[in-house]
Amino acid sequence: MTFVARDPVQVRLTGTGGQGVITAGIILAEAALMDGRNVVQTQSYGPEARLGASKSEVIISSRKIAYPQVTVPDVLLCLSEDAFNKYFRDRHDDTFVLLDSNVTDEPVEDGRRVFKLPIVATALQVGHKVVVNVVALAALNALTGLVSQASLKEAVLRRVPARFRELNEAAFAAGEELATMVGEAIP
Amino acid sequence: MKTQQLMQGNEACAFGALYAGCNFYAGYPITPSSEIMEIMARELPRRGGVFLQAEDEIASISAVIGAAWGGARAMTATSGPGFSLMQEGIGYAAITETPCVVVDSQRWGPSTGQPTKAAQGDVMQAIWGTHGDHPVIVLTAGHVRDVFEMTVAAFNLAELYRVPVVLLLDEILSHMRENIFVPEPGELEVIPRSRPVNGAKPVAPFGGPFIPLGYGVRFSVTGLAHDDWGFPVEGPPAERLLRRIVEKVWSKAREIARYEALYLDDARAVVVCYGIVSRPAESAVEALRSEGLKVGLLTLKTLWPFPDFLFRELPTTVEYVLVPELNLGQLVREVERAVGGRARVEHLGRVDGYLLTPEQIAGRVVENLGRRV
Amino acid sequence: MLIHTAAEYDRYLRTQKLPTVWCPGCGNGIILKAFIRAVAALNLSQDEVVVVGGIGCSGRTPFFLDFNSVHTTHGRALAFATGIKLVRPELTVAVVMGDGDSVAIGGNHFIHACRRNIDLTAIIFNNMIYGQTGGQLAPTTLPGRRTTTSMWGNIEPPFDIVRLALGAGAGFVARGTVFDFEQLSEILGQALAFKGFAVVEVLTTCPTYFGRYNSNDDPYDMLHGLKDRTDPNEATMAEKLPVGIFRNEPRPEYTELYRQLVEKLGGGGQR
Repeated sequence: MTFVARDPVQVRLTGTGGQGVITAGIILAEAALMDGRNVVQTQSYGPEARLGASKSEVIISSRKIAYPQVTVPDVLLCLSEDAFNKYFRDRHDDTFVLLDSNVTDEPVEDGRRVFKLPIVATALQVGHKVVVNVVALAALNALTGLVSQASLKEAVLRRVPARFRELNEAAFAAGEELATMVGEAIP
Repeated sequence: MKTQQLMQGNEACAFGALYAGCNFYAGYPITPSSEIMEIMARELPRRGGVFLQAEDEIASISAVIGAAWGGARAMTATSGPGFSLMQEGIGYAAITETPCVVVDSQRWGPSTGQPTKAAQGDVMQAIWGTHGDHPVIVLTAGHVRDVFEMTVAAFNLAELYRVPVVLLLDEILSHMRENIFVPEPGELEVIPRSRPVNGAKPVAPFGGPFIPLGYGVRFSVTGLAHDDWGFPVEGPPAERLLRRIVEKVWSKAREIARYEALYLDDARAVVVCYGIVSRPAESAVEALRSEGLKVGLLTLKTLWPFPDFLFRELPTTVEYVLVPELNLGQLVREVERAVGGRARVEHLGRVDGYLLTPEQIAGRVVENLGRRV
Repeated sequence: MLIHTAAEYDRYLRTQKLPTVWCPGCGNGIILKAFIRAVAALNLSQDEVVVVGGIGCSGRTPFFLDFNSVHTTHGRALAFATGIKLVRPELTVAVVMGDGDSVAIGGNHFIHACRRNIDLTAIIFNNMIYGQTGGQLAPTTLPGRRTTTSMWGNIEPPFDIVRLALGAGAGFVARGTVFDFEQLSEILGQALAFKGFAVVEVLTTCPTYFGRYNSNDDPYDMLHGLKDRTDPNEATMAEKLPVGIFRNEPRPEYTELYRQLVEKLGGGGQR
């Protein structure tokens, strides 16, 4: 894994309303807090959070965070076509980008910083599209090491009702498994 | 050991209110303040307090004032359109010297505007929104822990000065989550509601400590100009009332002022900010300082009564004052007045619904000051 | 205790605030007296009664009554009273409003108080005109009547406050007049004793404006006019305007339901 998380690191999680990117941002923020880091989570709110492209941003830092919003993301996740079209452009040379396989037909992967994975399809395989955010978070974190694996897993499980625990554990494992496909590809 | 919590701005406001002893909330749902109401709906009944979803914002503020006169520590929260409707009640609270707290999470306006975009366009309305000269205290906050503390401060100041206190938040801060140390019981001062002493000789309910209704002192509460027992007056006694209730706040600007000053001592330029804009302002000032530029930061948390003294006492080295705001120029007018020509005052406004960036603020300072260290 | 003498009434009045602001011949003083008689008959302590008024001639009522007096803003008396009652359910809260107060500017608060069924007694002084501001059209002004803002004759239909209250769900709904003092004080007593939202519409007279603009400003004639227009025997929707009690059906009351909620959640003890 060649991605070295900056400090502070700016993370932008995007998708379509219903894919749980807002919750994913909160989970990531909680995991970072468990790791003893400072964190700010913001989100696009209102109609956007329910329909069309939605966005959740997390800044993680070992120091005090003054400006609370992401300027240019260091890590970007796009789970839907809408989100891809709206947010993919906004990145720097070293931005680590994880895309769902279906967000675009364009050959955007560079084998270095931009990757595609069948995140949504994996969630459906695991059992329900509702866990797409957990699959995505687990994969993204396995590739970037934004937070510790233990904290992320605990943050996920704290958020879900007991009866969905197994489903989410399976989703988490599936996400990490997905990441190994890319891990091998990274030179 | 104290642990940190990830907390949303609106959550911090609701829990700050509960920390301060708030036991009555009435409100009407409106973005971006609704989470405050939802938390109060969940928390108040199980703590023995009262929650009311009112039919509109006018009823909300009216019920809050009624509850305060019943003896409750009462609050409502809203956003611009609802805040406009509440102005009538705020005036009534001001003339009846009713302790109460009104939270306004500002969104882009006027009118329905952009409900999910942030602004600082309600500053002048918070200060001057209701008709007639009147007392009000206006507070604001810039980060989540601040929201908690300033909500507690709002209740305390409402008690101390018997005035409506407006706490201005904004859409970004309301919905933002940060890790904070939640204050433990006893960590922050909470000023309790005064109660009439049993058996003591009744004192007039206006001009002294607050006396709730129904504790054996029968008086009148009215929005009319009134005497110390709450009965209508005209002419000189009305003037005395107005001067007293306004002066009790205006004369205490120093005591009411909450602010943070950074790097002012040798500053050639000062960025004066409040609310969410204090975040990019801080980033900008830190960046400029690291380049060696003599720039200071003054973050206001009390917007009214305006802390004139801070500007009168600015170091003589200051030649330039920048006031970044998410509006077309509101508090800058007060800053300009208080600076009184001792330095050049400039406004930097952003009104597209997004937060000013550190680069925008730093850039403007450099444009005016140059890169000269 | 049933009271009769002036001294007995004076106990409930702030006599030093008299005379009232009301014009000679105005019917409002009769409502004031009927209210005092009802409160006395129920043996309510003056410290335990709150009288909340709105704005208008009727809104001045709290100043003359020696209870806990609250004079609020125009139309919002019920909302203020709701806040008081919620935090102090042990107090008896009466709300005096005019017709403009209750069903024009305060119409929203009125229907929601009916719906919520909070234990308040709403006493609506209906003189079919805006008296304090000089005789403008009210939402209860009858068609054809003249006011300073309907000088060519009113073309709007009026609200029937009783039907409005019934439709919005008030548990106790009644109408009285200042012509029939006995009936009015009896109705007010029942309304004050009712556990829930009680509405009493009181038809009163405004000789100064309504009378003067509508060709008879003789207070005596106007009082008798109320008698002629109303039917005291048939408390139903008849041809004449019926008076009496139209509904007296207790249903779960809001502060009681709220108390039960607090109890269920284990939150008692703080209030």
